[in-house]
Amino acid sequence: MSATTPDWTERIDAYPTHRIAGFDVRAGRPLPFGATRVPGGVNFSVYSNNATEMTLVLFQRGEPKPFAELTFPGAFRTGGAYAMTVLGLDADSIEYGYRADGPWQPEAGHRFDRDRILSDPYAAVISGGERWGEPRGGDLYRHRAALSYQDFDWAGDRQLDLPLRDLVIYELHVRGFTRHPSSGVAAPGTFAGLVEKIPYLKRLGVNCVELMPVFQFDENDTHGRQAPEGVRLYNYWGYSTVAFFAPHAAYAATSEYGMQVDEFKNLVKQLHRNGIEIILDVVFNHTAEGDERGPTISFRGLDNRTYYMLTPEGYYYNFSGTGNTLDCNQPVVRGFVLDCLRYWVSEFHVDGFRFDLASILDRASDGTPLPNPPLIEALAADPILRDTKLIAEAWDAGGLYQVGSFPNYCRWSEWNGKYRDTVRRFLKGDIGTTGELATRLLGSPDLYGERGPTASVNFVTAHDGFTMHDLVSYNEKHNDANGEDGNDGESHNRSWNCGHEGPTDDPEVLALRGRQVRNALLLLLCAHGVPMLLAGDEAGRTQHGNNNSYCLDEPSWFDWSLTETNADLLTFTRRVIAFRRSHPVLRRQLHATGRSPDGVLPEVSWHGTRAWTPDWSAHSRLIAMMFADHGDCVYLAVNAHWEGHEIELPQLPDERRWHLFADTWAACAAREPGQEPVLDEQDWAFLGPRSVMVLVARATDGIGQREEWRT
Amino acid sequence: MSLHTRMVNEDGVVTIRLAGEVDSRSAHRLNELIIEAAAASPSRLVLLTEELTYLSSAGLRCLVFAHQKMGPGVEIVLVGTRPDVAETIRMTGFDRSVIMQDAVDQ
Repeated sequence: MSATTPDWTERIDAYPTHRIAGFDVRAGRPLPFGATRVPGGVNFSVYSNNATEMTLVLFQRGEPKPFAELTFPGAFRTGGAYAMTVLGLDADSIEYGYRADGPWQPEAGHRFDRDRILSDPYAAVISGGERWGEPRGGDLYRHRAALSYQDFDWAGDRQLDLPLRDLVIYELHVRGFTRHPSSGVAAPGTFAGLVEKIPYLKRLGVNCVELMPVFQFDENDTHGRQAPEGVRLYNYWGYSTVAFFAPHAAYAATSEYGMQVDEFKNLVKQLHRNGIEIILDVVFNHTAEGDERGPTISFRGLDNRTYYMLTPEGYYYNFSGTGNTLDCNQPVVRGFVLDCLRYWVSEFHVDGFRFDLASILDRASDGTPLPNPPLIEALAADPILRDTKLIAEAWDAGGLYQVGSFPNYCRWSEWNGKYRDTVRRFLKGDIGTTGELATRLLGSPDLYGERGPTASVNFVTAHDGFTMHDLVSYNEKHNDANGEDGNDGESHNRSWNCGHEGPTDDPEVLALRGRQVRNALLLLLCAHGVPMLLAGDEAGRTQHGNNNSYCLDEPSWFDWSLTETNADLLTFTRRVIAFRRSHPVLRRQLHATGRSPDGVLPEVSWHGTRAWTPDWSAHSRLIAMMFADHGDCVYLAVNAHWEGHEIELPQLPDERRWHLFADTWAACAAREPGQEPVLDEQDWAFLGPRSVMVLVARATDGIGQREEWRT
Repeated sequence: MSLHTRMVNEDGVVTIRLAGEVDSRSAHRLNELIIEAAAASPSRLVLLTEELTYLSSAGLRCLVFAHQKMGPGVEIVLVGTRPDVAETIRMTGFDRSVIMQDAVDQ
């Protein structure tokens, strides 16, 4: 193009129509909401159905005071959406916020205050909290909205779309996983640090990580709790969202460059390259604004009555146990949640979500549970989320418990709290649990008959509660460090210390604990459903009996030296995961029945000390099950009795023989899958006290058996 | 401080010497140079960065842009990058687009 020819390709929307506060501006586009780079400047769009005036406030990055305030002219408002394109702005060096004017009438639900600068609910980046634990921004405006880039080089990456039945989920805290000096990573406690540990995850064999909250939160927000001497409290877990579209800045090593979005995307890309999916734990039941005494960050000031469930007097309903409750079935909020999840799926390529206290999402504005909650239905039917895994924590702090009855549209899975409770009770020796254990190991057909076992996310431990090590080391919670006089946290843990509360060098107690941990891992990874491990349990991570470490930083970190101290447990866990992955009979799509698809063995059969004779009586502490389908056959026997028992093994109907994969009573608790030794005695076995045995049926030469069997 | 650049094309290797700052205001100039370099279809693009005092996130993105513009067959080499910048490149995954060296290959 020569210099004299006008460039007709220049966009006309890059020309200003107004000048406000020294800036060239024009009416913006209401969609998409948030701040978007456009030719020549930045488009700002924010909505409020009850505000009377809106002002854009601009800061130079890190400066305490704004350099410009631009009130939206009437012509820039469409309904309740205010949109303005500001030209000539350097998108990289600004932070922005809003002032919303409107009535202060708490009894009517309105809490407008134009003296406050509000963060954008759609902010892609929050600056001012780059370093963990450091105070945020200035007094005037703490959680500062900023822009991101959307030009990450994905190099063809997309969601892995692994079948749910094949998933082994590993729940971790981004900071806690690599912050400990023993992690040996270059960027401890960050997304980049987690990338460095991908080889470990791969070797362990998990194929899905579930990250505890990574949306921007304020780790310094402790609701004014008094810490015991020598302890600093944090909002460590992060279940209190400040900005739903922004990756937590303090989890990114590169957030000082404003590149947390890129660092997070790189994490997803590298996980996917290694065959590992990523699920985010998302918290839509409440926000970091708390009740009327909490900070005004964004929603309260923009449109309190729209976002929150309010009592008739204008106070906050508290179904979340944290001060406020987002009104998720309010149509505007529903749209916001949907926008947010679509953004994380399309922009960040995440594979799924786990919804914290999801039962709140079922409630109407006045708190009543809805039979057909519109948000849940919308998420289940959304095209962008079609292949996204949706997992509900199917209860809330307001007493709604929906495990097995969460509205699911044949689309949602659930954290199966009943699986956890049953396995714990059975293993510690509670009587009357054998029948329920059998149901839980089958993928809980009583709860999920319609949906199949993959609706059941099975777990024995999760971030909320004891670690596996502590589950077998403590009868009681020890939460004194949390600053609530030890009253916080679950009191019914169904845990057992194996004879001594806390640390001990008693070899018998230690041996029993080691066995109980391995028993639990076998029941978890051999059961139908989707198993979830808590990070660190494979190496015996302890929180010293604290079952609610939401506020503790360092005591929650994963001490990687445990992977050496407890190398044997790590190897055991790795082998059990590998065993699951090599046996399709453990990863069923549909519930197993007593039918026999191949005419030889039933899909599931039950056994006791005598084969084919399970003891379902209330005093029974021993049960064995055999899964079989198309030539794959696994037998699992569990004995919660303090005495050992001889058990008769089911006879195999062909030339296959029983091989020993795992016996937690034996010196070698699990073998390398594929290298299981044949049992000398094929008719019976000794099942040790409080132990689990897993056998696999195959021809002794081991090769080609399954294929032969199939034909 | 502004950005000074010098570009040399020799035997299919384009070398761009950068001095000063690449920030959001000057990044587009680097992008324009990269377009110019790509037009010469080089086998290798070398960016000499010893005299670079500042590289912002916009500057880092020029590397992605170069990678996309040049195509997968062209090596992009960064020479003399300051450690903190190199670390940022690594942690955001941009190091998969470029090769980082202390000095020019002889």
